[in-house]
Amino acid sequence: MIEAVGLTKRYGAKTAVHNLSFQVRPGTVTGFLGPNGSGKSTTMRMILGLDQPTAGHVTIGGHPFRELPNAPRQVGALLDAKAVHGGRSARNHLLSLAQLAGIPARRVDEVLGVVGLQQVAKQRSKGFSLGMGQRLGIAAALLGDPQVLLFDEPVNGLDPEGILWVRNLMKQLAAEGRTVFVSSHLMSEMALTAEHLIVIGRGQLLADMSVTDFISHNSADFARVRTPGTEPAQREKLTAALTEAGGQVLPEPDGALRVTGLPLPRISDVAHGADVRLWELSPHQASLEEAYMRLTQGAVDYRSTNDQKAGLQPAMPPGYAPPPVIPDVPQQGWYAPPPPGQNPYAAAPQAPAPHPGGPAPVPQAPAQQPVAPPAAQQPPVPQAPQPPAAPPAPQAPATPAAPTKPEDTR
Amino acid sequence: MTTPYQQQPHVPQAPGRQLGTYTSPIAVRRATFGDALASEWTKIRSVRSTMWTLGVLILLLVGLGLLIGFVVRSQDGHIGDTPVLSLGFYGVLLGLLCVITLGVLTISSEYGTGMIRTTLTACPSRGRILAAKSVVFFLLTFVIVAIATTLVAVVQASLVRNAPTPSGGEWLRATLGISLYVAMVGLLSLAVGALIRHSAGSITVMIGVVLLPLVLALFMFTDSLSGVREFLLNYSIPSQLGAFYGATVSDSGPSGWDPLWIMTGITAVALGGAFLSLNSRDV
Repeated sequence: MIEAVGLTKRYGAKTAVHNLSFQVRPGTVTGFLGPNGSGKSTTMRMILGLDQPTAGHVTIGGHPFRELPNAPRQVGALLDAKAVHGGRSARNHLLSLAQLAGIPARRVDEVLGVVGLQQVAKQRSKGFSLGMGQRLGIAAALLGDPQVLLFDEPVNGLDPEGILWVRNLMKQLAAEGRTVFVSSHLMSEMALTAEHLIVIGRGQLLADMSVTDFISHNSADFARVRTPGTEPAQREKLTAALTEAGGQVLPEPDGALRVTGLPLPRISDVAHGADVRLWELSPHQASLEEAYMRLTQGAVDYRSTNDQKAGLQPAMPPGYAPPPVIPDVPQQGWYAPPPPGQNPYAAAPQAPAPHPGGPAPVPQAPAQQPVAPPAAQQPPVPQAPQPPAAPPAPQAPATPAAPTKPEDTR
Repeated sequence: MTTPYQQQPHVPQAPGRQLGTYTSPIAVRRATFGDALASEWTKIRSVRSTMWTLGVLILLLVGLGLLIGFVVRSQDGHIGDTPVLSLGFYGVLLGLLCVITLGVLTISSEYGTGMIRTTLTACPSRGRILAAKSVVFFLLTFVIVAIATTLVAVVQASLVRNAPTPSGGEWLRATLGISLYVAMVGLLSLAVGALIRHSAGSITVMIGVVLLPLVLALFMFTDSLSGVREFLLNYSIPSQLGAFYGATVSDSGPSGWDPLWIMTGITAVALGGAFLSLNSRDV
């Protein structure tokens, strides 16, 4: 049992961890999630007494780590796979730790067997791959056969077989009644391994709940509905009918509709009542990754930008126009529908062809159709919203108006 | 999105599963200081840098000592009033640099590699780690230097026969005394390594401490600085080494066993600082 109360760590003016309180219980794998720089490793170091908290305290089994009787027999930790002296062999590294903790030397060979490093036990750990380093770190954590285990990013650099092994190991250790606290960036891995989650962002607690609760709290499930791509009018008809029936409808970039607020059978009934055929009606359950992204959107410290290579490109020949920027799918609200009234699609229809001052996307759709054929004649500029397979023939009557529209030639 | 999550009261665990019931089948025994000594011995013997620095140390002590002995003998062995055992001084001065390096590396390599976090997770008592490292390093260095200097002293005394026979006290100081002193300087390096936590930085500081006072003194020509010059000449580490052989630059400096007490005091202060720093700082 790990218990943190009001844990705070400041480095000068920067607050790495702020007033963090949580409990990690025995018998389950508890996942510790957060974006880069959110304070996960700092928290782990404070649990292990390596860093002194600025305020608050953290105890393991009721004692601060540094006051634990027989600490190495009660707590095992993998903090950093590279935290070994590279010049020492794997076996000597573990032997020195075992001697320090008063653990019999034959235990070293046991844990080497558990992590599968017997063959390289005599080699210097400098030559180890990241995955082998992780295995050595896990061996060190298991050395004292402790009741509380902390792992910081244990699957980093492991091969698929190793990831599966770590997953089963964590579950098995927890099933034996131990406290297992694992940090990771790999959401899919956490979804499979952990039962309970502690999520922090910018050093503050964002969530402390079971994985299933976390997903249902932080995401909305929706249904994906696709009408025949050849008959755009049907899509508009269905959108109107579903909205009338109380659902919220969002167009997806590829022409499908994302429907929330209506159960699947009801959607089917509404479509039947509106005399609209469906090509797809599928439930979509949010994954842990989507729920996590949605929760931590505001707490990400390090964001990537596009590499512009400004000033490094050769000068453009005269008369050359830079390729038009393809409007991307809006990232906001991509992982799950935003709350009602904040629909980014409705506010600024970016995915369909921009129509300044045009009507709302729903009535606009018929007018978009003439746009598609000229766009298809410009291969480098794929028009994302239109299904590429849409045959131009049925739209032929409407095309004559298209070439005269200046805003279409983006 | 960033509003702190409101913590909900925890749902009690399902009945039937007891909390924290895992007990290891391996017999639990409290770790002792002896365990820490064994661990530090494993650490120090299992890295190549130890073998290299100690190898070079032995080479310098024995090689240079024998070489000088043979050179003096080939010159008819006339060294006048100079005590014959002082011929071992040159090897010891150069070997001191190896001892400094090993002393610093004993602790700073743990910081450089991050191993210190693994070590302190396996043993939360930081004072025990520092003490075990100090004891293991000091004994190892002392034993090696003592054997090498004794060997060199015996060979030199037998090679150079025209010089006065050394007394028992001179023998003791040139072997046991000098070994204790060299190991103590190594221990000071270990303390400096624990304070600075960086190998290259600590080694540079220690080499500066050993060599620079003498160099500074050489360039102090002004009369007004003569007091400082005198002090630096008397108390620089090479001068203190010379005092063990009775071969000092001037007669006013430390003599006999004095340098050992001086160095022990400095090292004790540095180790105390290292202990306080290790206990209070984050690693």
